[in-house]
Amino acid sequence: MSKTFTLDTFTLDNKVIPFEDGQTIIQAAQAAKVYIPHLCYHPDFKPHGSCKLCTVKVNGRQTAACTMLAAAGMVVESETDELNAERRTLTQMLFVEGNHFCPSCEKSGDCQLQATAYDLGMMTAHFDHFFPNRPLDASHPDFILDLNRCILCSLCVRASRDVDGKNVFALAGRGIKTHLIVNAKSGKLADTDFNAQDKAAHVCPVGVILPKRKGFVVPIGERTFDKLPISEYVDTRLLDSDEK
Amino acid sequence: MDAPVKHKTAKKKLKVATTSLAGCFGCHMSFLDIDERLFELLGHIEFDRSPFTDIKEAGECDIGLIEGGLCNAENVHVLREFRRQCKILVAVGACAINGGLPALRNPIPLPAILAEVYHTGIGLSDGMIPNDPELPLPLNKVHPIHEVVKVDYFIPGCPPSADAIWQVLSDLMAGREPALGHGLIHYD
Repeated sequence: MSKTFTLDTFTLDNKVIPFEDGQTIIQAAQAAKVYIPHLCYHPDFKPHGSCKLCTVKVNGRQTAACTMLAAAGMVVESETDELNAERRTLTQMLFVEGNHFCPSCEKSGDCQLQATAYDLGMMTAHFDHFFPNRPLDASHPDFILDLNRCILCSLCVRASRDVDGKNVFALAGRGIKTHLIVNAKSGKLADTDFNAQDKAAHVCPVGVILPKRKGFVVPIGERTFDKLPISEYVDTRLLDSDEK
Repeated sequence: MDAPVKHKTAKKKLKVATTSLAGCFGCHMSFLDIDERLFELLGHIEFDRSPFTDIKEAGECDIGLIEGGLCNAENVHVLREFRRQCKILVAVGACAINGGLPALRNPIPLPAILAEVYHTGIGLSDGMIPNDPELPLPLNKVHPIHEVVKVDYFIPGCPPSADAIWQVLSDLMAGREPALGHGLIHYD
């Protein structure tokens, strides 16, 4: 039962990555400042495993880097043409499932889905669009929910449940009908105790949970991903520091 | 005769057709934003059917640039003409690629939209929905162009920057596979 600080390593695209016991591949990679694409993963929360963007090859087999524990001697591939092509396809699928009309979205330039697509060189969403018609929830005095942009990452669900202790959000339905719901009898955000101090108000990686009366305040050229591609941020928490 | 004969040895210019379907002409304006580079471009290409020319129907072309999605029957007709005539068809801008902001009308039933605009909107009296056969019928929904014809390349942006358009055209003219890096690829 040695409690010594272990310095086991695995290789990620031929780089040697040290890890501590219990760390997942993506945690160890981020600690070593190596970016693995991800949308539903956030270091402050338990992994969700829905977006599949962090898919890597471990010893030749695909797995999610956000759930797979690092082990000594693993051979992990991430930045390969094959994996990036699959990630691009996943991103395209997310784009056609929702109404991602970036030209009119307040999150444009600060959106992780959009920035990931840029980084993967996505020129078009390729597939036929679904054009969903989910109602907008503008009932809350300070926040708006545009559910047609939701990628079901569940970060708001996890933040509200595990950090805020409020359980404001949940995912409901099955298959393509899966959608974000608000835990109130009316189903309206106004009938919850959700507010701007909540962690859940700030974790949405896309343009679903938006503060009212605050759109388009950052000039083009100065938005998060105008400055640097998402791969330069490595860790999602680096994005939160801009929130003020 | 000593007069110099004008030989047709100059490299054959590429023919380029452009059109705006359910577009706002913004992508064409962004194209013109290549500024002085237009002169260089005109050394290599010749415009066929385009809002820049007076040619009514596209002839055989090397490159077709399409701005705008499909919102009515005439759009579909023109798009098919372009696909028939152009070796390479390029979707330019958000509308051609995913329907763009005009596709925000998709969740609303078309009769409700027409009634609002022509019948019940504020300030209308005795309004009627235009029904002359001269007018193309609107489609139920706005569609990206790749849902109707095969599209060879896509230049995203609303509009794409002049540099992005220039990059893709330069690549195509040089016979290279077009590629846009960070900074040139954007959707907004």
